Amino acid sequence: MPITVKDLCFSYQKGTPFEKKVLHNISLTIDDGEFVGIIGPTQSGKTTLAQHFNALLMPHGGSVTVNGYLTSDPQADLVDLRLKVGYVFQNPDYQLFAQTVGEDIAFGPQNQKLNKEEIKERVAAVMAQVGLDYDTFNQRDIYALSGGQKRRAAIAGVLACKPEILILDDVTAGLDPRGREEIMTVIRDLHQKQKITIIFISNSMDEAAELAERVIVIDQGRIFLDGAVREIFKQSAQLRSIGLEIPEVISVIEMLQKRGCVLPTIPLNLAEAIDCIATAYREREENR
Amino acid sequence: MQPIIEVTDLTYMYRSGSGKNVLALNGVTMQVYRGEILAITGQNGSGKSTLARHFNALLTPKSGTVIVDGLSVADKKNTAIIRRSVGMVFQNPDNQLVSSVVEEDIAFGPENLGLPQAEIVDRVDWALESLNLGAYRHRSPNSLSEGQKQLVAIAGVLAMKPQCIILDEPTAHLDPKGRCEVLENVLRLNRDEGITTILLTHFMNEVVHCDRMIVMDQGQIKMTGTPRDLFKLADQIKALGLDLPPASQLAHGLKLKGLALPGNILTLEELVNSLCQLP
Repeated sequence: MPITVKDLCFSYQKGTPFEKKVLHNISLTIDDGEFVGIIGPTQSGKTTLAQHFNALLMPHGGSVTVNGYLTSDPQADLVDLRLKVGYVFQNPDYQLFAQTVGEDIAFGPQNQKLNKEEIKERVAAVMAQVGLDYDTFNQRDIYALSGGQKRRAAIAGVLACKPEILILDDVTAGLDPRGREEIMTVIRDLHQKQKITIIFISNSMDEAAELAERVIVIDQGRIFLDGAVREIFKQSAQLRSIGLEIPEVISVIEMLQKRGCVLPTIPLNLAEAIDCIATAYREREENR
Repeated sequence: MQPIIEVTDLTYMYRSGSGKNVLALNGVTMQVYRGEILAITGQNGSGKSTLARHFNALLTPKSGTVIVDGLSVADKKNTAIIRRSVGMVFQNPDNQLVSSVVEEDIAFGPENLGLPQAEIVDRVDWALESLNLGAYRHRSPNSLSEGQKQLVAIAGVLAMKPQCIILDEPTAHLDPKGRCEVLENVLRLNRDEGITTILLTHFMNEVVHCDRMIVMDQGQIKMTGTPRDLFKLADQIKALGLDLPPASQLAHGLKLKGLALPGNILTLEELVNSLCQLP
């Protein structure tokens, strides 16, 4: 179920004196099974772009095609589209609304007119996928959940509609280190085991480097860079020029290079960075 | 050093949605020293915010005592004075900003203190200048970036001339640039104005810059000390659901691979220096 965006333009408060153009001629394609990270400074247009992928927003210019259907086509079945392209918002409190975890997750399947057994089965299945034990959490009050559990419940509610594409909008913001780790494991599994296409919007360069296979960098409503994750993070000077940071594991390699160490790889996570530095020091010792 | 806040055997309970009593703080004893910058960290739900809300009488103890600058928070007569000397900045600046013009927002606190107009103007100018917000004084907070909005919220608290500022995860929803901006300003205010600062955070990179840190878990204080002393204890920190700062994690991993690095590395600069000094 590929997404094709062509010359997409969008403005807020269009037609008023306050009109502000936020997306300028964006073109891109996201294929089945990709794991795409979208990064960029705040207010660069990341969320505005992603909300076009499931027709929460409609283009003011250009087009968005999902699975062959134009989102702006009056005949398009937008309900079906939004089931297939799930959107998890940054703040789970905007997404969760039922009394208990089970009721909240069941909302989507209920609207798909599934019978009771099917609904229960699906709720149990998605709770397992996000690591919430059914017996423990099914009846649990939403307000009694921790931040990390809330995020997982919100993701489960979207998964219950069986999406083929999952858009995750800065879902780790405000979590403690353990909650963050839990969510990242869930996301990795959804991509690897369930083969769901993931579009991961993030303010954390470390997380984008660790999870994504391809990274799209947005700046001032335009695509600034688009490529394989290692290729993108190699271009540290360019990323810094638009106010982004470099993942710490890459910064340390750069700092060592400046001091004359030869370290060829661009690490994407701690383990790779440790390996890279340890190997370089071992080789240096052997050469002596 | 003299404590500005003294907490003794503080216990706090609240009633959950299902009517059960939850022990949020369980026998907490700690001090905040005048002029220091103290990090309070711990997992979500460990009791950080509940503890901090006692420091300016947003909550009052169920048992135990909290003394702020010699005054007990349990005594309602003291509430107004305590709130004037201990300011609070919340996670989301949108919950804190009240006006549609930056300088009016900052003037809101001093106006409510009933200060003379000239004094209000002075304080607003000083707060704007202290946080490098002068260029935005006539703007609407809504037109600012999230990081700048958070700085306006801090300026609003600063204009009250508090002795102590509590920041409750002030950078949790900011992008990396905004986080940097807010942290730099917080550190500078502490250094230049001598304001006692209490920083609640999940970012170990921020904790590294503080004088002392406290680690909470399940309503209790589990560790107290300098970041350099505590981040040496990698296993204990991880068991409490926290991470080491990235540089410490790297150093820890490299030591396990046999590199002879010191055990108390906190920053990338220190790590790189130590690596370059290896024989």
